[in-house]
Amino acid sequence: MNDPLVVVILSTAVIAGTPLLFAALGEILAERSGVLNLGVEGMMLVGAVSGYIATLLTGNHWAGVLAALAAGGMMGMIHAFISVSLRGNQVVSGLALTIFGTGLSAFLGKSYIGQPVPDVFKPVTVPLFSQIPYLGKIFFEHDALVYLSYIFVIVIWVLVFKTRWGLNLRAVGENPAAADSMGIPVYLTRYISVVSGGMLAGLGGAYLSLAYAPTWLENMTAGRGWIAVALVIFAVWHPWKALVGSYIFGGVDALGFHIQAMGEKALFLKDVSPFFLQMLPYILTIIVLILVTSETKKRRVGTPAALGLPYDREER
Amino acid sequence: MSGLPLGRNRVITLEKRGGFSRGVALLVPVFSIVCAVIGGGLFLLAAGYDPVEIYLTMLSGVFGSAYGLSETVVKTIPLLLCGLAVSVAFRMQLWNIGAEGQLYMGAVAASWVALFHGEGSPVVVIALMLLAGAAAGALWGLIPAIPRALFKVNETITTLMLNYVAILFSDYLVYGPWKDPKGMNFPLSAVFPDSAILPHFGDTRIHLGLVFGLIAAVLLYIVLWHTKWGYEVRVIGESPVAARYAGMNIARNILLVMALSGGLAGIAGMAEVSGITQRLQPNLSSGYGYTAIIVAWLGRLNPFAIIGVSFLMAGLLVGGYNMQMSGLPAAIVSILQGAILFFILGGDILTKYRIRIKNTRGIEVAE
Repeated sequence: MNDPLVVVILSTAVIAGTPLLFAALGEILAERSGVLNLGVEGMMLVGAVSGYIATLLTGNHWAGVLAALAAGGMMGMIHAFISVSLRGNQVVSGLALTIFGTGLSAFLGKSYIGQPVPDVFKPVTVPLFSQIPYLGKIFFEHDALVYLSYIFVIVIWVLVFKTRWGLNLRAVGENPAAADSMGIPVYLTRYISVVSGGMLAGLGGAYLSLAYAPTWLENMTAGRGWIAVALVIFAVWHPWKALVGSYIFGGVDALGFHIQAMGEKALFLKDVSPFFLQMLPYILTIIVLILVTSETKKRRVGTPAALGLPYDREER
Repeated sequence: MSGLPLGRNRVITLEKRGGFSRGVALLVPVFSIVCAVIGGGLFLLAAGYDPVEIYLTMLSGVFGSAYGLSETVVKTIPLLLCGLAVSVAFRMQLWNIGAEGQLYMGAVAASWVALFHGEGSPVVVIALMLLAGAAAGALWGLIPAIPRALFKVNETITTLMLNYVAILFSDYLVYGPWKDPKGMNFPLSAVFPDSAILPHFGDTRIHLGLVFGLIAAVLLYIVLWHTKWGYEVRVIGESPVAARYAGMNIARNILLVMALSGGLAGIAGMAEVSGITQRLQPNLSSGYGYTAIIVAWLGRLNPFAIIGVSFLMAGLLVGGYNMQMSGLPAAIVSILQGAILFFILGGDILTKYRIRIKNTRGIEVAE
């Protein structure tokens, strides 16, 4: 266990980045279809608590994963109904979803707070891959959900960029009226993306309560849902870049913890108050968002053109 | 034929109204609250609670005693100021959800005045605290406003991120340099001198902050509807393209509106430390900055409506405390808040569209 410190930090960055990655992938799907979802934080919380309770009741963490997917999907359904069918304001609907999710998760989790998870996701070493020097330790000595997130990155990348369905999805997000006239079902596409986006956010929450923490605490997402929304902009709506971004943020998240653990060896950093170390991910989010937005504005790439706009057939 | 199918040969469709229905616009918030209360009740019933008992506990917490009622007014103050703050930004389509952080920064700055320059004439000290609180809140609102004005950086995320930073900063102060040496190691600052404490009405906890809030509402109304600048803000909010053609400076107005918004929230923070806690401490705000979003939207961004709505939402918070005391799940308060917003958003469609039930040949059978 004498790995270089960098490898240890990068390995924890992957773990800390995984909940962000799931949520960001979900948000990429929703935003690619033109629906802005600011309810990710609430969806993650409801996913976290549902996964936790289902695991407590059944003793099986995969039941928890299913519960989190279902709960996140239902939250996505609310958002889709309001913003797609009823053409409500997407920003306010997302905020409502976060407030609602915060309350609902606290309500549901109240009687279970602090109980240990009976069936935690434990690291499983992948044969062969884990033998790769350094990279093996960083990427292939984690739990099953981390591996699942790798698979999702590939699947969503293929789905969005290599299939007809993905082409339709992007068309709906860029120009719903044109997509509609081509016979693409705009509302259905948006429903599917928002609901599956919600499921992924729920899964991201469950990663916190079943693998990362692993327990339930009120508001345990601590703004990760919002960081995931920022990550999507950072990633210019691209799954691979979301993966890189998630691990960078995961690394910063874990850094404060490492500095505290190092004690005297952290040199001048040991004198920095933990409160300031905890600010890092939030400040980094702001700085990155500013840099990326000013850059993409110059190059005119990225944002789906119809993002945030409700589609009304009769106004075509 | 598009629309939701309803039984055999019938569909529900939405049909555009000729104009905007004012009557429906006023009814929607009322119906939203009623629907949220009914929906919340069904939810409680399904979760094995007695909704009648829970709602009665909430109501008696607010209206059951003079104390409950005065506490509701106490909570109205920060909600009113933050609600106004959020509403002025929302009016320009600036989604400032950073009122919480702006409140904390206002509280920190006002505390700095009270702790280090707090001796002297109360009028001067309180005026300085008010100024410091407003300035700090305005500054905290300007940080995300600058990149928004220059590069269109998404202000929803940046304002929210700054909430965490502000709360951590305030915690750092009370756990560190500002901790009261005589405070038995509790994370509390020293108590403010008497000259830094807002006067109270009678022997209640209601303080002068209420007057600040009411004055702010009136001023905001005058500014928005009776000045040229207010007109610009409203035009930019409703049609940025038209505003640009009219030669309005959008970037400058983004900065001004966010500074005003942050300043109002900063005053809320100043009023909380000076009127209620009388020292800086952790958990100053029980999510006032977030509840303010509901206040602003439910009040249709109208300053006078916001006064009434903030009292209503304060009642919900006080009712929640009473539930907590009786061991009932207080989290139902956030659930109700979220549900109210959902119903308003859903109901808004009725101001622009008419629901019609038609048969499959497109012939109307009912409205």
